[in-house]
Amino acid sequence: MILAGLLSQLLNGLQYGLLLFLISSGLTLIFGVLGVINLAHGSMFMIGAYIAFLVAKSLGSLWFALPVAILAGVALGALLERVLFRHFYNREHLDQVLLTFALILIFEEMRSIIVGNDFHSVPVPAALDFSVPITNGFSYAAYRFAVIAACLVLAGALFWWIERTKTGAIIRAAAEKPEVVDILGIDARTVHMTVFAVGTALAVTAGALAAPLTSVYPNMGDSMLIISFVVVVIGGLGSVSGAFWSALLIGMIDTLGKAYGQLFVGSAFGNTLAALAAMSVYILMVAVLLFRPRGLFGGRA
Amino acid sequence: MSEPARMLPQGKAGWALLAAIAVVLALLPPYVPSYYVGLITLAMIGAMLALSLHLLVGGVGLVSLGHGAFYGLAAYVVFLMSPEGSPKPIWLTLPAAMLVSGTVAFVVGGLSLRTKGFFFLMVTLAFGQMIFFVFHDTKLGGGTDGAYLAKPIISAFGATLDPRSFPRSQRGFPAYYVALVQLILTYLALAWLLRSMFGRVLEGIRVNEHRMEAMGFSVMRYKLAAFTLAGAFAGAAGHMWALHSGFVNPELVSWHKSAEALLMILIGGIGSLAGAVLGAFAFTALGEIAQQVTERKLLAEGVVILVAVLLLRNGLMGIRLGRGKTKGPGGGHG
Repeated sequence: MILAGLLSQLLNGLQYGLLLFLISSGLTLIFGVLGVINLAHGSMFMIGAYIAFLVAKSLGSLWFALPVAILAGVALGALLERVLFRHFYNREHLDQVLLTFALILIFEEMRSIIVGNDFHSVPVPAALDFSVPITNGFSYAAYRFAVIAACLVLAGALFWWIERTKTGAIIRAAAEKPEVVDILGIDARTVHMTVFAVGTALAVTAGALAAPLTSVYPNMGDSMLIISFVVVVIGGLGSVSGAFWSALLIGMIDTLGKAYGQLFVGSAFGNTLAALAAMSVYILMVAVLLFRPRGLFGGRA
Repeated sequence: MSEPARMLPQGKAGWALLAAIAVVLALLPPYVPSYYVGLITLAMIGAMLALSLHLLVGGVGLVSLGHGAFYGLAAYVVFLMSPEGSPKPIWLTLPAAMLVSGTVAFVVGGLSLRTKGFFFLMVTLAFGQMIFFVFHDTKLGGGTDGAYLAKPIISAFGATLDPRSFPRSQRGFPAYYVALVQLILTYLALAWLLRSMFGRVLEGIRVNEHRMEAMGFSVMRYKLAAFTLAGAFAGAAGHMWALHSGFVNPELVSWHKSAEALLMILIGGIGSLAGAVLGAFAFTALGEIAQQVTERKLLAEGVVILVAVLLLRNGLMGIRLGRGKTKGPGGGHG
């Protein structure tokens, strides 16, 4: 039974880590290529989750949510880049922080106007509403497997795009040496908009996938934002492959820390240990920044 | 270039204006509804927080997202020392709150000042979140819902000012005057600090860190001193919040507080101490107006921040922070 419990926590960790990768890969691309600190990236996750909620409610099925979320994410990202972020690439960090903080407030309030402030659960699609038996007496929700699969497909597509296509090569070059892209006469503006749109779409999609697991609620993007920053820092700024391994690591540590940290409660210093377990990823991030400032998984996108 | 002048009201006229404002604030309470007495108290608390952060942002050019944590931490210190039913005197709680916030800031600063730019933002954010989780996830401070505390007793040298001895409509007066006195003292202390040798070294670091290092100043030590002092002053502001409201919750510790304080500084103009105070009052007024007019406070705030950030590009306040050492695509640091 203990093993079955551990296995289910490991699967949870994997699934959480993969979702984190979708969010943080966008964040790391946007910072690596555009040099922008986007605190509103967590809001994109929130928007995705609410898109899933609204689509499921109005169409009665979650299946349409994924394409809607991807398209809406691309459109939203392109729009934000064109109207706002384009003017902030060379601005101070303080300005970027405040701009994106303003966006968080605006998106949250719009969410409140459109949907309200209640918790809403999002039903799992009927076709995936069952459990997959793994051993005697232990089974795992099919929808969680589906999320793992969807994340792996998206991650594969992203890696293929960055590593194997011409656009990807330009993006890698832009992250490494932006002046080269200019010298070669490539229209940097298109590259920027593409990167921002794809990054945003990834976070929106992650939100749509996560909605049935987490439900939708106010400020749900906030915690995802901060943990994604942790992933980006540990993975190395601008590194998509670093973000992948780092997201899996953080997903595992966070899930296991929160699941088994509770075991300490009751023993001597139990509450302290439980709190430390809950904070483990932040402690790891600080340690990485102090001793491996370029991230654990060096190398760039 | 008389750089320190940027930090202070320009000359005697500026000081005279500030003194006049202080006198007006001191005479105001009997003439306005008690609701506004409370609101101005809140604005003064915000001003103290903004002033403390200004020491970092305007003084050294450090943008921290963890500053709100020292503010909230101090409020929780008051909660732990002075729980509901057993109030403690202010001359115990205020130094304790400043000491705890300053000490934690010293430790956090010692670690996070080893990083720069984007990473500094991230580490301060992470430390702030850790402190947030301590109060949000454990029973130490009432958990997610927060908790009531006994407002510290306003007493000094044997004399006590008890709000309950005032008529109902004037109960807010003691906290108001404590906040006013504390704001004036904070302002004078920071003005003196920034004008002193210490402040000039900080200014030098803000303009060119490497030059100061080459001139033999221990840049790290100065930055850490500024970070610690800023934390202690934020603690004083947090203490004032507890004294005014008698309530703590984890929101006080969250990074949104830091963002709000940064915003106050930006609204008022990054270049001056008076700007931080002005910004805090403007921010409080904005929130209040937005609340009354639209009931969508955050939306209005968000739009105003957006406009402020977009328009300040053209120098509405005329002064820019630092010279963007860390901007540009792929601006990673080793």
